[in-house]
Formats: sequence, C-alpha cells, structure tokens
Amino acid sequence: MNKKQLLSGASGQAHAARHDAMQSRLAPGEAILAWLETDLDARLAFRPGLVVLTDRRLLARSPDDGQWHDWACAPGLRLSLHDHAGAAALELHDGPARLAAWRFTLARNPAALRLLAKFDARQAGRQAAHAPACPDCHLPLPAGQADCPACAQAPAQPPSTWALLRLWRFARPYRGPLLAGFVLTLLATAATLVPPYLTMPLMDNVLIPFQNGAPIDYALVRLYLGGLLASAALAWGLGWARTYILAWVSERIGADLRTTTYEHLQQLSLQYFGGKRTGDLMSRIGSETDRICIFLSLHLLDFATDVLMIAMTAAILVSINPWLALVTLAPLPFIVWMIHAVRDRLRHGFEKVDRIWAEITNVLADTIPGIRVVKAFAQEKREVQRFRAANNRNLEVNDRVNSLWSLFSPTVTLLTEIGLLVVWVFGIWQVANKQITVGVLAAFLAYIGRFYTRLDSMSRIVSVTQKAAAGAKRIFDILDHISSVPEPEAPARLERMAGRIELRDVAFRYGNRSVIRGLDLAIAPGEMIGLVGHSGSGKSTLINLICRFYDVSEGAILVDGVDIRALRIADYRRNIGLVLQEPFLFFGTIAENIAYGRPQASRAEIVAAARAAHAHEFILRLPHGYDSLVGERGQALSGGERQRISIARALLIDPRILILDEATSSVDTTTEKEIQNALDNLVRGRTTIAIAHRLSTLRRADRLVVLDHGSIVEQGPHEALMARQGAYYRLYQAQARTADADLRDDDDDEDADD
Amino acid sequence: MTEPREPAVPAPPAFDLRANAQGQLVYVGADGQAHEGVQVVRAFPISDPAQGISIVGADGRELAWLDTLAGLPPATRQQVEEALAGREFMPEIQHIDGVSSFATPSVWDVRTERGPTSFTLKGEEDIRRLAGQTLLIADSHGIHYLVRDVTALDRHSRRLLDNFL
Repeated sequence: MNKKQLLSGASGQAHAARHDAMQSRLAPGEAILAWLETDLDARLAFRPGLVVLTDRRLLARSPDDGQWHDWACAPGLRLSLHDHAGAAALELHDGPARLAAWRFTLARNPAALRLLAKFDARQAGRQAAHAPACPDCHLPLPAGQADCPACAQAPAQPPSTWALLRLWRFARPYRGPLLAGFVLTLLATAATLVPPYLTMPLMDNVLIPFQNGAPIDYALVRLYLGGLLASAALAWGLGWARTYILAWVSERIGADLRTTTYEHLQQLSLQYFGGKRTGDLMSRIGSETDRICIFLSLHLLDFATDVLMIAMTAAILVSINPWLALVTLAPLPFIVWMIHAVRDRLRHGFEKVDRIWAEITNVLADTIPGIRVVKAFAQEKREVQRFRAANNRNLEVNDRVNSLWSLFSPTVTLLTEIGLLVVWVFGIWQVANKQITVGVLAAFLAYIGRFYTRLDSMSRIVSVTQKAAAGAKRIFDILDHISSVPEPEAPARLERMAGRIELRDVAFRYGNRSVIRGLDLAIAPGEMIGLVGHSGSGKSTLINLICRFYDVSEGAILVDGVDIRALRIADYRRNIGLVLQEPFLFFGTIAENIAYGRPQASRAEIVAAARAAHAHEFILRLPHGYDSLVGERGQALSGGERQRISIARALLIDPRILILDEATSSVDTTTEKEIQNALDNLVRGRTTIAIAHRLSTLRRADRLVVLDHGSIVEQGPHEALMARQGAYYRLYQAQARTADADLRDDDDDEDADD
Repeated sequence: MTEPREPAVPAPPAFDLRANAQGQLVYVGADGQAHEGVQVVRAFPISDPAQGISIVGADGRELAWLDTLAGLPPATRQQVEEALAGREFMPEIQHIDGVSSFATPSVWDVRTERGPTSFTLKGEEDIRRLAGQTLLIADSHGIHYLVRDVTALDRHSRRLLDNFL
C-alpha cells in the first residue's frame, strides 16, 4: 500500500519535471494548447516521449533519442489517429507525405483525442472556446467535468477487506429482530456462565467441609443443584429463541441478497455478459449467497456468542481473583496473534478455491449445452480429461489450503492444554500459599475449559469469515458494476413513437477495437432498410447500438428526434421487436413464449399473432396445442417453427421499430419462404432494419445500406446499386457465383482452388 | 540477418515490401502489381510466432503466405520483420516487480521485453489461461500482456501472480 503512494509521488515529480522541460522550449508568449505523453517508441517498446501542441507549432520529443523536433502549423498539415491491438498511432501528414508518427498505448488515447481536436480546431482557424483548465497539466477540462481525465488516472481502488460490513445494507430492514437476537444472545451466554460459578460454593461450602469431617448440608446442596438445573434450562430456552430468530433473519438477508444481485444483473448491459462466463455468474448468485447466509446464521452467531462469553468470563475471573485471572488469560494475545497471522494466507487460499470452483462450473456450462458437438466428434474422453484437469487443480489448491489449515486447529488445541497446565501450576501454588480456596481453583478450571473450547471454535471463524468475505466480494463485484447503458436521470417522454431513426456521426469501440466510425444514417418511419456487408463489417454492432444494448462511443442515435439515451430503457425497448437468427424459447408453454413481451395479452391476441406469423397451424398439430411445453426439455420444434414463434412474439408487442437479425439464415429455402411470408405481415407499416446474409431475401427493402469496416460505403435500392457496379454489385456477384457453384458440383473443385 | 540462404528451402515468393511516403506499406508481388496499405500478420502470434506469416491487403484479402521467414532474402526478411514490429503489440511479461493489492482492481508494475511499464488489472477473470502454462492478461485498456510460461518466471513474480490465479 505504501508502495503505491510512493509511486504516485514519484510520478507527480516526473510530471513537474516534464512540465519544466516543455516550458523551457517555448518561445515567449507561446501557449500550450494540448499535449500527449507517448509511452511507446517506433518499435513499440515502452519509452516515454512527448507531443505538444502550441498555438504556433507542433513540438515533439522523440522517444528514441530524446531529440526535440518541431513543425510550424502550416495549412496543409493533417493529423490522423488509428489503433490496432491496444497500440495507437498519431501520424502527421503534409499532403501525401508522412512527416512523423508517434506510438502510444490506448491509456493515452483520451489525451491524443483532445490533442487531435485542438489541432483540427486550430487548423480550421477556429479559436477553441476558452474552457477551464486542469491546474496540474494545463490541459483544458472536458465540458461538464471537474476532474482532469489525463491526471486522474484510472482510480485503482481495491475493495475494502471488510466487504462483509457492506452487508449491513441488507441487514438494515431487520434491525428489530437483530436487536432482539443480540439481547437473547447476551442473556443466553450469561445463563451458561452460571453453572461454573456455582461449583465454587459447592466445593468450598459442601465438599471440602465434608472431607474435613463436617456433615453434608443437604438444603445447601439442593439450592446449588437447583440453581445449576435452572440455569441450564434457562440457557436452553434462550439459546433456542436466539438461534431461531437469527436464522430467520439471515435466511431473509440471504434471499434479499440473491434477488437484489439477480435484479442488478438483469439491468447490466450486454457488454457485461459478453465478458463473463455463465457458470461463474451462476455460482456467484447461487452458492456465494448461500455461503454468506450460512455464515450469518451459524458462524457469525457463534462468534458473537464466543466474544461475549470470553468478555464475561474474563470479567468474572478478574472479580474472583485478579492474579489467577491474569495467568489464565495470558495465552489469549498469543492466540489472537496467531489467528491474525494465518488470516491473510488463508483468505487467498479460499479465494483461489472459489475461482477454481467457478472453473469447474465453467467446464460443465461449456460442455452440457454443446454435448451434440462433443458426441459427434467423439470427444467425450477429452472432455472428461478437461473436467478431471480442472478437478485436479481444485484438489491441488484445496490440499495446499488444507495443509495450512490442518496445522492451525491442533496448534490451538495444544495452546489450550498448555494454558490449562499453567493454570494448574499457578493455582496449586496459590492454594498451597492459602491465597485461594480449592473451590476457586475448581471454578477457574471449569471456566477455562469452556473458555479455551470457545477460543478453539473462534479460530474457526477465521476461515469462515474469509470465505464469506470472499463470497461477499464476488457478490459486490456484480452489485458495484454500473451498467454501461445507464438509465437517464430525467427521462424524456415519448407518447407514440413514429419510428424515425437517425444516426449522427456514430462511432463505437469494443474493447480496443474500433468497430463503427463516423456513421450517418437517417431512416424514415415505415421504411425498410437492409444492412449488407461482409461479416465483421459492423452490421450486428449497428443493430446492438440501435437497440441500445450498448451505448455509442461518439455521436448520437435519435428516435423521433430524441436521443435514445434520454429515454427510459424499458420504455424505449417496448417499441422494438427483435427477431434473431437463433430464436430463443424459454421453458414454458408456446402461449407463454408468444406472450413473453406482453404477459397480459389475451388468448385471442396470442392466437391472432400466431396466425399472422403462420404459426397457428403447426401449433394446433402439436399434442397440447398452445399449451405444449417448449424450451429446454420441452417439445422439439424445428428451426423454422421456432422462428415463427419468435415472429409471433415480436408481432404481439406491435413494435414501431422492427429488427431482423439474420432471421432466415439458419433454415432451408422452403422454410425460408414460410418465414418470409410471416415476416411480410410483421414488416408492414413498421420501420424495419434487416440483416440477411442471402442478399436475395432483402429484395423487398426500400433501401440497402452497404457497410464496410464500420462505415457506410453505399446506399440505395437494389437496382440502383446493381447499376452502379460498386461494393454491393461485387457482393451480389460473389454470392451468385457461390450459389452457382453449389448447383454445379462438378465445377466445385475449380472454384475451391481459387 | 546475415545467415546464408538454405538451398533446401523452396524458392520463396519474390516480392517487395516497403513503406511509401504516407507511411503505408506497399507490397509488390511477383506480377509487379503494387498494393498499398497492406499489413503483415502472424497466424499464430502466441503459440507459434515463427511459423505462418501472411501479407494481407487493405481489403482483407491475403496476398502472400510465408510458412517461415527463414528462406527469405535478408533484405526482404528485414522488411517483413520491421513491418511486424510496428504492428504487433503484445508485451511479454518477464518479471513482476509488484502489485498494488491482491484484490482487484490492482496496479501491476512489470518488466516486459519492451521495457518496464505498469497497468491496471480490472478483475481476475481478465487473466486467461491458454494452453499449457501460458497466460494472457488483459489490462483495463484492452492491451494484452503475455506470460509465455508461468513456470519460467522467477519465484517472486510467481508468488505475486499466484494470488490472482
């Protein structure tokens, strides 16, 4: 932790040094507009360089030799920025010639973008608006932001070790029962401490006098033994009430935690799900919440009881005899220290076990849905081998954790025994010196027996707390993740959507890859657009942006003139009907699946939608009609049938905007015709965006938009594009050729060699 | 660069690769036709970087495939290697100096074959295990760092890394 502060301190000094170096090179009166600290050299090794834009020229210190170069801002100069695999390049061109190129990692990209914007503004002769500047680096601040994004590097804040304390948010609603549980714990613990106390008078007033010749006082015996029985019964009753109440509370906390996490998960953007594996998320929501629940109801309760008992016992022991109490409690700090020392190592061990466990789940989540492929290629043995490897890694990690853990418990037991021995030695010495009675020693031994057993069980809290904390951290990882598609704070209202879509200078970056750039497109209400392009040209990304599964990196998407980021996500998506290549049917009846987007739809509406989607007849042929179960373990349906159900689903919500993502590409030509008929009903009167691999299926589109490398290269109706003999023509020809080749089997070889 | 040509290797495709004034790579094939803005790509950048190198045109079509660089004339070979060096960016971690914390996000100070640097690891799931003992670590900006062989790292680095695996 100290190291990090040191580092940031060092970089602060370096900052100042660079700043001085820069200032010293400036002419009098020359002002810095923007700067970029590059971190790579021409061969992409990590070496610092600098590019500075002033109001007169571009200054740069080369990372290779540390030499400064400069270029006066002439009219023909042009800067361009591009990147590949995390390394970006800023190039300075003068007409056709490249004057210089600087390389840097994407971490510096924001600064590069600002420098580029400033440069373009300067070249265009515009005076950049006077914006507030960062006091550290003199860079102007982006609009509406108080912190300088270049100086405030990614805030790397590790989550606090006390992730468990954050569970309080979920415990708050149950404050009442929790308080009751705590009071009961206090009382129950106190009740269990009565019996050892009674052994003292029992020994001193009854047994020792009897040994010395006095008769046994049966009234006194009855009193003491009655007290013992009463306190035991009381402890039993209180313990029952306490355990019940706290278990009740913890179950509810666990359930709330699960639901909240799932609720939050549903709100996250597709980007989040793209980067996670199903098995991992499943184990987080399932087993982690359960582990936390058990921790709260059992272990934390035990621990609280233990702490209370230790505190009370210590108080009682001190009140009886301070010296003996001191000796008795002496090993306590040592044990506490030991617990602390082992804590860190165990936590990493358990986190590791968790991760390995997620890996095992991942293997299952991979192979079970893909079981047809596994069997088809006869790779069962390989998959078992993969599972065994993951399992062995689990074993290996567990073995390592256990080797430490198994040493821990016996050591505590040994300390217990040694502690008892010390008490015996010191106690006997005190008895011999007539400082205490035999009864006091007996009471101490009775107390300390319990005391140390509690310490032993307390030591177990280390592992369970760490396990629960690791679980809580993994849960809060999900809960802390802010959706990259945020809900607007003051959502705009859109009464009846007409379906006009407008994309203005849209750019999108996925990870370090720029997928869409500078895209402008306007779609009129009711118009049908066909998106065409090679795979990877950005068609699906464009659709994801229009559905707002992702947010654009630059530019804006407007529907009826309103930025879609200003609309509530649910309100907006209610107007979008989506038909995908692989229709997903949930487990449930066909009727439920059709009514998925509008569960309150009447049966008549469902049937009408199914009719319009040409699904009615085949549904009636199924043994249970609309009540047939589909989805996992349900009725087997063909691809075309499933697709028509998903079309009916889209029809039922009567969307203004319809998106067909390769809706017909996974079926044969005959089925395609059926689906096409169903789609014709769906498309009527709606703004439609369709992607199709087979260009022939897009004949009905009003306009075709040809994408390549994330930007529009051509648009217009089929005939116009064919006449133009451009990118679309080439795509069409290529497809026609392949279709021909499919027909002529004999000529196949020639084409394949191509 | 100056090793003698091995006669056993079949004659490599005769071509020329150079940068033009705009800084773009120009490929001139055996047919004498020039292609501007080509890229040189490794087919197996991690598992087998030395084998399988392709020259791809601006439109994404493959112009030439080289099984290996070994048989190329030294000048051409240098051109190809330079083109690769300017494009490929996957720093290989050789030593981990320190990590800011064992809980993510965590800032790592590492030494790579391209020099020392530091990056932010967002979550343990950004460390991906490839075949064998190879790890691919994605940082918060999507830059991939490679650990070619975990067992070949020194003890200190391995211990730090172990906390995240």
